[in-house]
Amino acid sequence: MLNETNLFFIFLSAFLINNILLIRFLGLCSFIGISTNIKSSIGMGIAVVFVTVMACSLSWAVYNFLLLPFHLEYLRTTAFILTIASFVQFEEMIIRKKLPTLYRAFGIYLPLITTNCAILASAFLGIDYKLSFIQNIAFSFGISGGYCFVIITFAAIREEIEIAPVPEIFKGVPIAFILAALMSLAFLGFKGLFKL
Amino acid sequence: MVLENYWKRLKMRNKLIDFKVFLNGIWRENPILFIMLGLCPLLAVSGSVRDALGMGIAVIFVLTGSNFVISLIRKIVPSHVRIPVYIVVIATFVTITDYTLAAYSPQIHKNLGVYLPLIVVNCIILGRAEGFASKNNVLNSILDGLGMGIGFTLIIFVIASTREIIGNGTFMGKNILGTNYNPFLIMIMPPGAFFVIGILIALKQKIEKRKKRC
Repeated sequence: MLNETNLFFIFLSAFLINNILLIRFLGLCSFIGISTNIKSSIGMGIAVVFVTVMACSLSWAVYNFLLLPFHLEYLRTTAFILTIASFVQFEEMIIRKKLPTLYRAFGIYLPLITTNCAILASAFLGIDYKLSFIQNIAFSFGISGGYCFVIITFAAIREEIEIAPVPEIFKGVPIAFILAALMSLAFLGFKGLFKL
Repeated sequence: MVLENYWKRLKMRNKLIDFKVFLNGIWRENPILFIMLGLCPLLAVSGSVRDALGMGIAVIFVLTGSNFVISLIRKIVPSHVRIPVYIVVIATFVTITDYTLAAYSPQIHKNLGVYLPLIVVNCIILGRAEGFASKNNVLNSILDGLGMGIGFTLIIFVIASTREIIGNGTFMGKNILGTNYNPFLIMIMPPGAFFVIGILIALKQKIEKRKKRC
């Protein structure tokens, strides 16, 4: 699939066909936790796009310029998680100093992102698929764009379901999972979009 | 009520070994059903029972190991750098598991794929490190790690068996529903995982409610 050099295909396959939330099941903790209202999920979605793209490029550089030349591939897990955690901390400081309005908009979502597995996963997947730097950027845009799109749509549906008559035992989280199942069913349909 | 719980906790903390800690992880504080942590690997690898058990064992190992080390170093680590230190400890154990599994059962390692290194950001593990191992003695922390790990494995085993039996008619790769069974394919595809976990949590809510009534 990823031998395809076309950037658009890489983007689309990460965005729709292998959607990070509904098909790959990554980043679910924040997905279920935050998607109770649209406003906070927009905040989270945008924060994730921003951090994923930056952190993926950074960890791509760490892997290719630091770990590969010194044959330290086995340190990949440790190196990536430290890169991402320190990057998020650093970025939080800069945004708070230079762009206070943006900081207020992101609010608590920035620190939460460190433990969002979607970001670490896109760093790993980019390396596993042996993407070039530009392809890696398109890929991380696809992944985080997919996350952002799904979390906002899902929050919209969940806000509606709050007032719907749901069986007593399904109230709250269970119905959210059933909803996610139906959305995931819809996303399965994209599998035939183009030949992989 | 709150005070009573607090005293219980305090008593528990002073005991050297408390087997209640072990049982807590399996039902009363089950990481999946009650705290809703660590959902990603749970749903992603529960398509077949064998992969699910591999994931369960990996989680038990990482959880017990990191709880052990963190409770050993809990008095040396300064509190404001504790999270990075914990993450490094956890990442070390994850790397050990990753490479051991790659050496001994390459097929499972290949099936688990990216979800194996992702144990490092599994919220259960950091949560237990922060919430339990950093406050309790070594033996209790090991027990807690084992209990939580087994609780996780039990749930992933239940989900994986449901999905594999309904979706494929097999259990651990052996056909059990006969050749005439027409598999309900959707169960082993991604939506099936969401359906099963949703129904499982609904069942848990029902049990809770019945308990409250009587």
